Amino acid sequence: MTKGFKPGTFFQRDFDWHPPPLTPGYKTSIARSPQRARIAFDNTMTEATGPVFGHGMLGDLDNDLTLNYARPGQSAQGPRIILHGHVLDQEARPVPNALLECWQANAGGRYRHKKDGYLAPLDPDFGGCGRTITDERGYYAIRTIQPGPYPWPNAVNDWRPAHIHFSLFGQGFAQRLITQVYFEGDPHIALCPIVNTIPDKAAIDTLVAKLDMNHTAPMDARAYRMDFVLRGRRQTMFENKMEGM
Amino acid sequence: MRYLKESPSQTAGPYVHIGCVPSFAGLEGMYGGNDLGKSMITGDARGERITIEGHVIDGTGTPLKDAMLEIWQADAAGLFHSPEETRGDADPAFTGWGRQPTDAVTGRYRFETVKPGAVPWPDGRMQAPHILVWIVARGINLGLSTRIYFSDEESANSADPLLSRIEHQNRVPTLIARRDGATYHFDIHLQGPDETIFFDI
Repeated sequence: MTKGFKPGTFFQRDFDWHPPPLTPGYKTSIARSPQRARIAFDNTMTEATGPVFGHGMLGDLDNDLTLNYARPGQSAQGPRIILHGHVLDQEARPVPNALLECWQANAGGRYRHKKDGYLAPLDPDFGGCGRTITDERGYYAIRTIQPGPYPWPNAVNDWRPAHIHFSLFGQGFAQRLITQVYFEGDPHIALCPIVNTIPDKAAIDTLVAKLDMNHTAPMDARAYRMDFVLRGRRQTMFENKMEGM
Repeated sequence: MRYLKESPSQTAGPYVHIGCVPSFAGLEGMYGGNDLGKSMITGDARGERITIEGHVIDGTGTPLKDAMLEIWQADAAGLFHSPEETRGDADPAFTGWGRQPTDAVTGRYRFETVKPGAVPWPDGRMQAPHILVWIVARGINLGLSTRIYFSDEESANSADPLLSRIEHQNRVPTLIARRDGATYHFDIHLQGPDETIFFDI
């Protein structure tokens, strides 16, 4: 980019598509949701820029959760899967160099976290976190095991669907996003109060990874496809022109 | 025109630390033991070293002990460590981006950083020094964005293009961190009479 330009501002977020702050079916949101309106303003340099991470930061196994916490010669237990796809912006342009971080429970639904006391056992060869950075086509892939559903103290008998959490960075901090990926055909998806914080069924469907037999590793791992979309951005403008000119 | 819809947000949940601050979650050794964003100062950074600390407090007055905060800011000269910074080269000893959990016992968060320089508003007026803050946690469905301004920048704050256009001026103090020596105190109230201003950025 030439000096004298500034980064373009991002498309307005659609707050009818995202979950609202107050979603009483998800009980913790009741005391943690702001009650006053968000105050809007167009991006300044602060929001239009953001940290960008280099591929050199990654270790060889950072995107392979079956091996990155396993003892030598061992591998995590559970259904082996490849989760892959593209990170795009709202104009379907690839977002290269986007950092994705993921975390998940093991095959039995147990998280390796000090505060998870679920009685399903830990897997000594599974940590549950990974990360990768998209290539120049916006493509990413991780290898992991399919997580199990787990119960949580919301209503007396609520269970989360199998899911993997994802944190994404684009090029500007206004694109920052954390979400969850679910798996095609899981009957818990329709029952889940966290899934149902999203008001629009079409929006929920975009978080469901689809079985992708064409990208399986035969006799090794099945594949699921998941594309992420980050906010689009307006064209760059000369700094000395008024906005919108 | 048809555009793709942005992927909808979901809560980061109570175990966000596994993925974002694995050492804090108990996964010692993951990624070489270096939680991303732990250190913003990577060398002899220019500018004034400051600490920012506080709590994130829910609508009952209880501090969150499972939140994660990220901050993004300019260096002491007002330049961003970003490929899209076009006005000059940012301080190579300062990343501008930090990430910290709230403490599992006290709920306190803490950033060691430098005081940012001023950054322009789109029309060329200068904004007061500020830091973008992003908060995620269990119970927060979409990350909350706010800003930290500084109590010892009174004249810059009063001329700030964003602060001055906020209708309810009695809420502006929720964005001002209180200076005490080299430490700024900044509590974030998610809900209630002291509710922090959150922005749609």
